[in-house]
Amino acid sequence: MPSSVRVKTLRIDDLDVAGDEQQTIFDVAIEHDIPIPTLCHLDGLGAVGACRMCLVEVTNANQTRLQPACATPIEEGMQIVTNSPRLQEYRRMILELLFAEGNHVCAVCVSNGHCELQGLAQSVGMTHVRFPYHYPQRSVDASHRRFVVDHNRCVLCTRCVRVCDEIEGAHTWDLMGASSQTQVVTDLNQPWAEAETCTGCGKCIHVCPTGALFEKGHSVAEMHKRRQFLPYLRAMREREL
Amino acid sequence: MTRRIEINPVTRIEGHAMISLHLDDAGLVQQAHLHVNQLRGFEQFCVGRPFYEMPALMARICGICPVSHLVAASKACDELLAVQVPPTAAKLRRIMNLAQIIQSHALNFFHLSSPDLLLGMDSDPTQRNLFGLLQSHPERARDGIRLRQFGQQIIELLGGKRIHPGWVVPGGVNEPLSKAHREQMLGMVPDALAIIERTLTWFPPLLDQFSAEIQTFGNFPSLFVGLANHQGTLEHYDGGIRVMDSAGNNIAQWLEPNHYADYIGEAVEPDSYLKSPYYKPLGYPDGMYRVGPLARLNLVDRCGTPRADAAFATFTASHPRPVLSSFHYHYARLIEILYGIEQIELLLNDPDILSEHVRAFAEPNRSEGIGVSEAPRGTLIHHYRIDGQGLVTYANMIIASGNNNLAMNRGILQAARHFVHGTEIKEGMLNRVEAVIRAFDPCLSCSTHAAGAMPFHICLHAPDGSLLHELWRG
Repeated sequence: MPSSVRVKTLRIDDLDVAGDEQQTIFDVAIEHDIPIPTLCHLDGLGAVGACRMCLVEVTNANQTRLQPACATPIEEGMQIVTNSPRLQEYRRMILELLFAEGNHVCAVCVSNGHCELQGLAQSVGMTHVRFPYHYPQRSVDASHRRFVVDHNRCVLCTRCVRVCDEIEGAHTWDLMGASSQTQVVTDLNQPWAEAETCTGCGKCIHVCPTGALFEKGHSVAEMHKRRQFLPYLRAMREREL
Repeated sequence: MTRRIEINPVTRIEGHAMISLHLDDAGLVQQAHLHVNQLRGFEQFCVGRPFYEMPALMARICGICPVSHLVAASKACDELLAVQVPPTAAKLRRIMNLAQIIQSHALNFFHLSSPDLLLGMDSDPTQRNLFGLLQSHPERARDGIRLRQFGQQIIELLGGKRIHPGWVVPGGVNEPLSKAHREQMLGMVPDALAIIERTLTWFPPLLDQFSAEIQTFGNFPSLFVGLANHQGTLEHYDGGIRVMDSAGNNIAQWLEPNHYADYIGEAVEPDSYLKSPYYKPLGYPDGMYRVGPLARLNLVDRCGTPRADAAFATFTASHPRPVLSSFHYHYARLIEILYGIEQIELLLNDPDILSEHVRAFAEPNRSEGIGVSEAPRGTLIHHYRIDGQGLVTYANMIIASGNNNLAMNRGILQAARHFVHGTEIKEGMLNRVEAVIRAFDPCLSCSTHAAGAMPFHICLHAPDGSLLHELWRG
């Protein structure tokens, strides 16, 4: 560790740990094999704290708050709880809201069995959704020769936006609209085939946690995402800089 | 002045239906209708979806015969890709389709119909079910369960799961068959063969007890329709459409399945969500036809496997073809099970069956695709159109059970006229009317694209609407 790094000590789930001051709670927890569920976070991409799945209870200076572990830098003396009945309930509720908000039909999805949203629902024991489904009318853009975006399955994690911007440098993807009308768009909401900035690299496909982005030619459960490239590309980029 | 009896819902079938019988003052049945009273709308909500999803999506129509929809939908998607499916993939699809037919036929014969056949049409309705059968004829019931297991296990070994496997895909199948799984399947064949041969020994003598039912359960002239091959043997996966009249003449020897709309029309009746397909050259409703195991046996020269050919010869020796009584769907089902087991064994021993070349890849090359196969209950047609992006713009399906709609209506009228009369309705009378439907083994959840569990309620109303008689079951 370089001498300029300042080390901070904190406590996560009754374990005394230490980390670089630039690390997040999530980074330090993972280093110490303490699992925290995430959805929008992906190793190699910048954190946005969009999904709130990684909420943890942080006590500092006698105040306890819920903070997203992926976007909260560590501080000296923090007391962190990563799993409690309250957190479990909130995480499950977040997932149920995500399912109720979109049109997630796992049975016929290309990502069935390999979907992070589905995996999280299973891991928290989500057996049903307590909220009324919205059944929104959402579109499918299959204009690209190789790729499809199915907005029915999008959870707005913005991984596609970040990988396209931070790693590929194209910034084809971005967000449009607000609230429940928000959706990811290519090139100011042009059909994907007409998005001139798209390099066709396919990184967005592979970072997408659900079946919202997929390659054409795949049938149900056949879309396996491969993300091994991401930390490698990130490390190479940082070394060059 | 007429009275109306409702059998609502019909029990021990797959899906929701109601039968209405209209009686005149003398208590004689004047009309009978099968009303299929639920709708699911698959043809509509798949519009806008990528066509690659269609096999898995359409398979969700049904938990009994999802493989049939997988096969027909994938064949339609093969057409969209305009690819030649690798021969091994076609053989593997055939195996799965036959396994599906075996398990579905076993379900109908043993679980749904055997209570009528072994316990009697008039037996105690509280015992006239699989559980009653397990008590009175445990060996027969176990045989049925084992035979279903045979079909389901083959589906699982091929596709990874018994219901809704995603293994059949546009262009072929998504994984080759492993040697270990082939050996496992071959190991199950002798037991399955023994069961069906045993069944073919005890069932035919039983027919003597059902002469009235054989005479009246949909026993009338009609056309017979099904897939045919050039060898004149049973064909469930490929080939052309053959149409036979009730005298046994092939009025159409080989119609291209892709041109189905030229010769099959779909009429709509106001009292049912199930359409009424008919053979266009004869018009509606004269173009009534029957599909399924009995139709297939009427259409072929022989089955094509040794033991099934022997059973077929025994059947046709005592029942000259074309066999017109729908009661004999039961017998035909047993012969097809035997054929299916033998054919699966033959295909598993094919030297190419372990080939790893099982899928053809392509972008869509056509905007329209039609897939036709033989499902357990008859000819199944899936028809899709896609736009330039590969998204579905149109879907039409003619489901096997739907093809029999006109014949089922005719069948219940015939049986009702024979068995139902008088002011007091006995449960056994109405059970016979239901049993006509069971003989056809309709899968109504597929054919209207509905699902659900079924209690049973029959009401006999006077013309003024007053309730004369009421029966409950389930």
